[in-house]
Amino acid sequence: MTTNLQTQPDPRVPAPAPALEVRSLVKHYPGVKALDGVDLVVRQHEVLGLAGENGAGKSTLLKALVGLVRPDGGEIWVRGEKVRLRSVVDAADHGIGMVFQEQSLVPNLTAAENIVLGSEGPGVRRGIYRWSTMRRLAQEQLDKIGSHIDPLARTDTLTFADRQMVEIAKVLRIEERTSHPPVIILDEPTSVLESKEIETLFTQVRRLREFASVVFVSHRLDEVLDVCDRVAVLRGGRSVGEVPAADAAPADLHRMMIGSTGSDDHYHGGAGERPDEASRPRLVVRGLSGKSFRDVDLDVHAGEIVGIVGVHGSGREDVCRALFGAEPTTAGEVVLDGEKLDLSGTRAACAAGVGYVPAERKTEGMVGPMSVADNMTLTKQQSRCTGPLVRPRKQATLVDRWIERLSIRTPHRGTAIQSLSGGNQQKVVLARWLVAGDVRLLLLDHPTRGLDVGARSEVYRLMRELADSGVATVLLADSLEEAIGMSDRIIVMSDGRATTQVAAPAGGKPTPLDLVKEMV
Amino acid sequence: MTTTSPADADREVVHAGRPRPRRGISLSDAGPPIALVVIFGVFAVLSPDFRTVSNVQNVLDAAAVLAVVTCGISFVLMMGSIDLSAPGIMGASAIAVALLVANNRNDNDFGLFGVAVAVLLGAALGCLSGLALVVLKVPSFMTTLGVSAVGLGVATLMFAGVQPNVTDPMLEGWAVERFLGLAHLTWIAVACVLVGALVQRYSRLGRYAFAIGGAEEVLGLSGVRVAPYKVAVFTMAGAFYGLAGVLVTSQLGAGLVQAGRGYDFSAITAAVVGGTLLSGGRGGILHSVVGVLLVTVLTNGLVQVGVSPYWQGGVQGLIVVAAVAAAVLPQRRRNQVTK
Repeated sequence: MTTNLQTQPDPRVPAPAPALEVRSLVKHYPGVKALDGVDLVVRQHEVLGLAGENGAGKSTLLKALVGLVRPDGGEIWVRGEKVRLRSVVDAADHGIGMVFQEQSLVPNLTAAENIVLGSEGPGVRRGIYRWSTMRRLAQEQLDKIGSHIDPLARTDTLTFADRQMVEIAKVLRIEERTSHPPVIILDEPTSVLESKEIETLFTQVRRLREFASVVFVSHRLDEVLDVCDRVAVLRGGRSVGEVPAADAAPADLHRMMIGSTGSDDHYHGGAGERPDEASRPRLVVRGLSGKSFRDVDLDVHAGEIVGIVGVHGSGREDVCRALFGAEPTTAGEVVLDGEKLDLSGTRAACAAGVGYVPAERKTEGMVGPMSVADNMTLTKQQSRCTGPLVRPRKQATLVDRWIERLSIRTPHRGTAIQSLSGGNQQKVVLARWLVAGDVRLLLLDHPTRGLDVGARSEVYRLMRELADSGVATVLLADSLEEAIGMSDRIIVMSDGRATTQVAAPAGGKPTPLDLVKEMV
Repeated sequence: MTTTSPADADREVVHAGRPRPRRGISLSDAGPPIALVVIFGVFAVLSPDFRTVSNVQNVLDAAAVLAVVTCGISFVLMMGSIDLSAPGIMGASAIAVALLVANNRNDNDFGLFGVAVAVLLGAALGCLSGLALVVLKVPSFMTTLGVSAVGLGVATLMFAGVQPNVTDPMLEGWAVERFLGLAHLTWIAVACVLVGALVQRYSRLGRYAFAIGGAEEVLGLSGVRVAPYKVAVFTMAGAFYGLAGVLVTSQLGAGLVQAGRGYDFSAITAAVVGGTLLSGGRGGILHSVVGVLLVTVLTNGLVQVGVSPYWQGGVQGLIVVAAVAAAVLPQRRRNQVTK
């Protein structure tokens, strides 16, 4: 309270302290400054939007606010009081609660149990459940947000939208712990909702404002402006400004998010002459449909990099996986070099010369404890074998050649891949498709995710080299700038459909704003 | 957008062909009971000996000990852990109870009190598994395997080369005296199932065991400390195994180190066949009991229809694998990792 008095000369009429204030918060991860001095003020009874690109530091900031990340520097103040948040419970005691992006409900419990979980109060006496009390407690929470969910329904039988209501009801339980209006953080709450459900959610958010402060995070800028009073923008781990939502357009916000640094030189370096558009495309996709995408058409020429952009939930990841046979399809045809591509499984795709670099490198891209050499020859076994037998010398020669060619920094080919840096791991993962020299189509799902700047540019150069050697590439980029910089052509996906195609030749690149218009 | 009240919007969303919110059991839960009825029906048609009242009594009596063990193991499996300690704990409690009630080795005659001590010994050994799991972070597979060996060691020490024969009329009576056509120890098993089902439904311990199997991280994010509940579940399981050891001693009239041999895998099989999956968070006591009856009916029925004993083990194994394959069928997807 002392600072409050210092800044406010008349102690009898103190201005209400902000519900939550963040002062120059810093958090370093190895190689990355996730938060580099973030300042943020959440006033009481307001809906504050938080915008920023991937990697701008949004999720680290949110985690710090609920005690999941311990900041390296800076301060967090709650209603004029400096606090240290060590755990989610700590944060809840201070009235801060978060609805997590990946929902945090126990699927096999009832909605009521989830709502009161961890603070059952009178719902459990001496370890014995009082189901009727439990139900009443949950009903009270659901009534607050006007939801009509059956409290005794099993959570995994509810729709996604209903589960989100359960989460909000659960988060509002922190009102029991503190006498002050709580701060509710909603992390990407709309990403998997349909438009009808989004409207319901927005009504809830406006209702929450009556008795709480809300921090609303979304990729969809129009939504942020629609529901928020004020929007703060993060870029590269710093606060770059804030605007009242009433007089801002999505374009203004986006300009703040991406800053003035337009294009990055790394991307264009070495871009050779573009392939002749008239020639027959190497990959032809017609009417591809699956669970989360419909009627997708896509052409990729040899030597071309085609970026697919879209917001979370646009279905682009699933299209990418479907082309590799890792996601079931319901309709459509894929032709690679004039031959129909068998989408029934990943084996067929590998044999046809399709390579896939998954977004989750650690869990899907590599076998951590296995050596660099074994990871590199994992798919193309024949490249290290004679018949069924592994030929260690053949493998060593091959792997050493690729280690040198891609300048992979590893002590030895026998080193476990998990002890390498992310960039070098990714190069090994890429090399896996190159060792046999038969790759015709590369599917890159966020190939630079989690890499630092230096490693990124090396991966960019490698991608460009591969394209120049005639490989057709489909790229799901980490950011719009990356997509624009690397791609020769960009497909925009929205709600499972490929809606627009934008040419992006060197010298004639579209701006991020051109694409954002189509994405939302 | 303000023209739509949230309540209306909610209802419209529900109408849009989405999964209906449900409270209790689902169709996939109905599989094992249906299988039980079908298998029972098949054997009843095939064999006149099978469909007699006395044979049904036999089946239920034969299922008693396995049911008690399965009660304990079900809670552990619900958490997503595994428990292989039943043979050791049952051996220890079997010898302990045989030496504590009236017997031919010493002058003890503690009666029911002796039974209680044997059950507590089981609980203590189970607690040891739980502590090793949460304190030393040793996976439950290894801790319980180790505790099983400890239990067998304790049993062997107490056995000391001379088999204790029970002369206590009460304990001997459990296996032979009948009430409403069933042996007393079958009624004890029924009581265990009821207690287990109540614990699962109405106690925080049971519900949290279920939740731990569903999404343990979420409990942590909600401020619940899961370690005490894990220890408690293993302790409770140990108590059930301890009681099962007592029941075996009652059946045999003597304390044997090997009293619990094979019960670990039989109980896991029964639980899984009943729909309590090893991945945790599914099933429960009543599911597992259906599994126990399925396995017991199968064993008994194969004998009654005259399948050669040489064939039985293999046939039973095939049926178990088929049953589990059917149980996980709805969750199959592409590139699924199964370990």
